[in-house]
Amino acid sequence: MRKATFPYLIWIFIFTIVPLFLVLYFAFTTGDSQNFSTFQFSLENFKRFLDPVYINVLIRSIRLAFVSTILCLIVGFPIAYIISREKPNRQNLMILMFVIPMWMNFLLRTYAWLTLLGRNGFVNNLLTRMGFQALDLMYNDKAVLLGMVYNFLPFMVLPIYSVLTKIDKNLLEAAEDLGANRATTFRKVILPLSLPGVVTGTTMVFIPAMSTFVISSLLGGNKSNLIGNLIERQFRWTGDWHFGSSMSIILMVFILLTMAITNKFDKEKEGRGGGLW
Amino acid sequence: MKRTKVLLLLVLVLILATVATACGDQRPTINVYNYGDYIDPEILKEFEEEFGIKVNYSMYETNEDMYIKLKQGGSSFDVIFPSDYMIERMVGEGMLQKINKDNVPNLANVHEDFLGLEYDPNNDYSVPYMWGTVGIVYNTTMVDDVVDSWDILWDEKYAGQIIMLDSQRDSIAVALKKLGYSMNTRSVEELEAAKEELIKQKPLVYAYLGDQVKDAMVAGDAALAVVYSGDAIAIMRENPDIQFAIPKEGTNLWFDCMVIPSTAENKEGAEAFINFLCRPEIAARNAEYLGYSTPIKEARQLLPDYMKDSEVAFPELEEVLKITEIFKDPRDIVEEYDRIWTELHSQ
Repeated sequence: MRKATFPYLIWIFIFTIVPLFLVLYFAFTTGDSQNFSTFQFSLENFKRFLDPVYINVLIRSIRLAFVSTILCLIVGFPIAYIISREKPNRQNLMILMFVIPMWMNFLLRTYAWLTLLGRNGFVNNLLTRMGFQALDLMYNDKAVLLGMVYNFLPFMVLPIYSVLTKIDKNLLEAAEDLGANRATTFRKVILPLSLPGVVTGTTMVFIPAMSTFVISSLLGGNKSNLIGNLIERQFRWTGDWHFGSSMSIILMVFILLTMAITNKFDKEKEGRGGGLW
Repeated sequence: MKRTKVLLLLVLVLILATVATACGDQRPTINVYNYGDYIDPEILKEFEEEFGIKVNYSMYETNEDMYIKLKQGGSSFDVIFPSDYMIERMVGEGMLQKINKDNVPNLANVHEDFLGLEYDPNNDYSVPYMWGTVGIVYNTTMVDDVVDSWDILWDEKYAGQIIMLDSQRDSIAVALKKLGYSMNTRSVEELEAAKEELIKQKPLVYAYLGDQVKDAMVAGDAALAVVYSGDAIAIMRENPDIQFAIPKEGTNLWFDCMVIPSTAENKEGAEAFINFLCRPEIAARNAEYLGYSTPIKEARQLLPDYMKDSEVAFPELEEVLKITEIFKDPRDIVEEYDRIWTELHSQ
């Protein structure tokens, strides 16, 4: 067994531990990002982040990520529930239909929305043809939210679905035998048992939604930053890797915090499959 | 135990495979690093056939991307295509090597107006590739006013109809020029004033876009947009309602050039490539494909009429030079730019 874990350890070391320490190292130093000899220990980067400008961006990112996660949950849970109640053959087909779009490139799928939502795009063409006023669908927060929900919904549906299908049918029958109606069964049996899936789904949507910069760029028209945009710019334009790294650390801390909070709701920590940790 | 052996074997096979494929092509190679979508791919093929040199072509999005990649090392490029101010920075940091002009006789084809510019006074390091200006494209079906000033981008009549460039440098330059300042200003006060202008303008802006601006303007999604002149040509080709104007307050004149990094491994190959791209016939085809303006004299004559006689592609240089500025390296105030841009986008 030990030998088999060795490649895994190397992998973790090279692709998780080392980069993480590099980010930490950059975050707590200042100097010319390309020249290690100029590095000096400093908390300057974190102080700089306390400026309201950056805090506002962080709050905005949290808000958008939060709203998109809730939307994914509201849309995703019923979908997962409906699929899990189908016959096994149809279940597989429906899940497949859900996953197929993910085989295509994420950027490509987001670009497609540009042609759909543009001022003279598909949706507005349809609307004006039916005699309605054309709408401003693109380049605002709603478009960003739509992009997030569209892209991340499968991450919500799949874990919930996998937990729901594993619920022992005997439990449902028992509830029925004991006189619970369908609503009570759902509330008292299905919902609590689905929580591990909900927790996993929530974290799997929240994390990418919190750190995305592509969606806000493409569908938000770069009008308002998310923290992902700020970080991207530090690395690619300004060249201040120190500040970029410290923002990444702050982002990580917030993600950890939210995961800890969501995890509190997951009473069954042993995880009936699907728990992320 | 057996598993480890299989693993080892696999790794060995992989290594062998990589080595073997690397050895498959015996031709000399050059590594070319250029902006995305900034050359006619046919031209690369022709170069390979004529010179028997294989071209490894890769792309970047911005000068800064390219700079960081080069600075980090680990990759070797023979020809890259930085812009004016970036050449200034790279020469200053010793990242470029002098071009042997004997190997680039076609340098003589370059219009003298584009030689000996401030960023490389003797053209020791750079050969111009494309050039252009920044201006406003507007849709004549949506704009009735005369477009001759940056002020129109602040006109409330066009709220939600204005596209700005998603580029700190270019957008701040527009605001600076509107205020009558130099786009190379180092004054924090002037930059602050430009920031206030951009914040004032933001509610009117439809979006801040990069390459997408072309699609948006062609589709008629917005009335006005700030674009590079080359993109203007490409947009006007697709949508005849679009016009281009250089505002009277002045604008940016830019040059993208071919240079050889000091870490280049095949300098002769690089020089042959640069020389090839300066051939009038090749330069003309490339310029037509891209819509950008070539600095090669005879190449302009070979272009189709709509480009050759275009005021957009080839403005009267004497006139333009009076009101344009070439960017200087903003290295020392790059954080100021970044702060302004962040403040603008956290509104």
